[in-house]
Amino acid sequence: MTTPSGTSSPPSPPGRPGPSRRGLIVFAWLWVGLPLAYGIYELVRKATQLFTG
Amino acid sequence: MSPPLAPTGWSRWLVPPAALSVHLSIGQAYAWSVFKPPLESALGLSGTQSALPFQLGIVMLGLSAAFGGTLVERNGPRWAMTVALCCFSSGFLLSALGAATEQYWLIVLGYGFVGGIGLGIGYISPVSTLIKWFPDRPGMATGIAIMGFGGGALIASPWSAQMLESFGADPSGIALAFLVHGLTYAVFMSLGVLLVRVPRPDSRPTPSGPSPIEGVQVSARNAVRTPQFWCLWVVLCMNVTAGIGILEKAAPMITDFFADTDTPVSVSAAAGFVALLSAANMAGRIGWSSTSDLIGRKNIYRLYLGVGAVMYLLITQFGDSSKPLFIICALVILSFYGGGFATIPAYLKDLFGTYQVGAIHGRLLTAWSTAGVLGPLIVNWVADSQEEAGKHGAGLYGLSLTIMIGLLVVGFVANELVRPVHPRHHIPAPREAADDDTVRDQQSA
Repeated sequence: MTTPSGTSSPPSPPGRPGPSRRGLIVFAWLWVGLPLAYGIYELVRKATQLFTG
Repeated sequence: MSPPLAPTGWSRWLVPPAALSVHLSIGQAYAWSVFKPPLESALGLSGTQSALPFQLGIVMLGLSAAFGGTLVERNGPRWAMTVALCCFSSGFLLSALGAATEQYWLIVLGYGFVGGIGLGIGYISPVSTLIKWFPDRPGMATGIAIMGFGGGALIASPWSAQMLESFGADPSGIALAFLVHGLTYAVFMSLGVLLVRVPRPDSRPTPSGPSPIEGVQVSARNAVRTPQFWCLWVVLCMNVTAGIGILEKAAPMITDFFADTDTPVSVSAAAGFVALLSAANMAGRIGWSSTSDLIGRKNIYRLYLGVGAVMYLLITQFGDSSKPLFIICALVILSFYGGGFATIPAYLKDLFGTYQVGAIHGRLLTAWSTAGVLGPLIVNWVADSQEEAGKHGAGLYGLSLTIMIGLLVVGFVANELVRPVHPRHHIPAPREAADDDTVRDQQSA
């Protein structure tokens, strides 16, 4: 099988990532997860004012 | 542009981050209020004028989702995400030009009109693809994406505020902030464009799970002619209106409810309450939508609408006597508000199949636009009239909360009326269609 970058990798069962894609999955989730974590952190900081303010 | 087919071994877990990169970006729309005060002081605008870009953006979201849905289905998610990226980012760039030249109409045109098209196309862009990749857990899949729309404001709100603080709230500072927003969102959303893939029609995303194209299939054109579509339209509209009933007045409401008690709520505590409501809204999107995969879509809407009405009733009866009760009820209502948004694509998939679910979802979002107008209108009008009538404290909100209970009951009844779609609306299965073609060929030969 051929990956989008043109390199070969062994076939994997559908829905399960091939070995070369695990890094991509981690990168993609970090890409969206880090900004979201920042947003949630700021939200929690503000929400605590309900109990301390 | 043909839809980008996934190569063999492509992981379906790459699709939710692709969807999130778009939804976390376009969710910025709900943080528009950060730009309002600087724009008002820098360009001499009134509060109503400074809200125009946001309002036009939401109108364009509804219109472009409703009218662009079929194009999104035809051209695929990569095309849709590219359009969303171009429109949303260039909306900011036009706004930067508008702020720099102090031409406010350019900000309205850029952020509201052009950016609003990006909002609508971006909102529906991953829905159909996610449902096809996760036929076994459509509620969870769409819940992740639509949670992102809620999360977008959480990120943008402090980020934009810090940027304005650094660049200054004068026209050039605002222009620079718009420019940075446009460029950053273009880079951030490009992940979605590059990663998104549709499953091959003959593939099964999970070895033992259902195929993405199994079951009933109804076109968007036929779907809007069914009573099921309009029942769901009413369900969504009522659920959203009820949620807005709390959201619109959250800070003054908690302050007024406990104004005459021993423990009044301060301004900063009220801001904390609003933040907590946002958290409940976001958690509801992923939590309740995932739960709908286990207990069924009709049951989860019974919960949103039925228990939601009970929560409102508890607030009207006992809200001013117990702060924890008031807070818990409001949080539950907001979690149902978010859940209602996130579960509706999976409900549509159950009724109409995956064939044009994104386009059908786009058309259903007109219920959101309607609720966006209806909700604030009811709440503000009732609050003003109660104030004129000399009421104060919790008494200001009694009538509007009772109206919200009525709306939820209407939504509950509409949900009860939802039945499977009549077969006359189904599109022929591929084999039947092939047989029809063969017969036609033989007849013409």
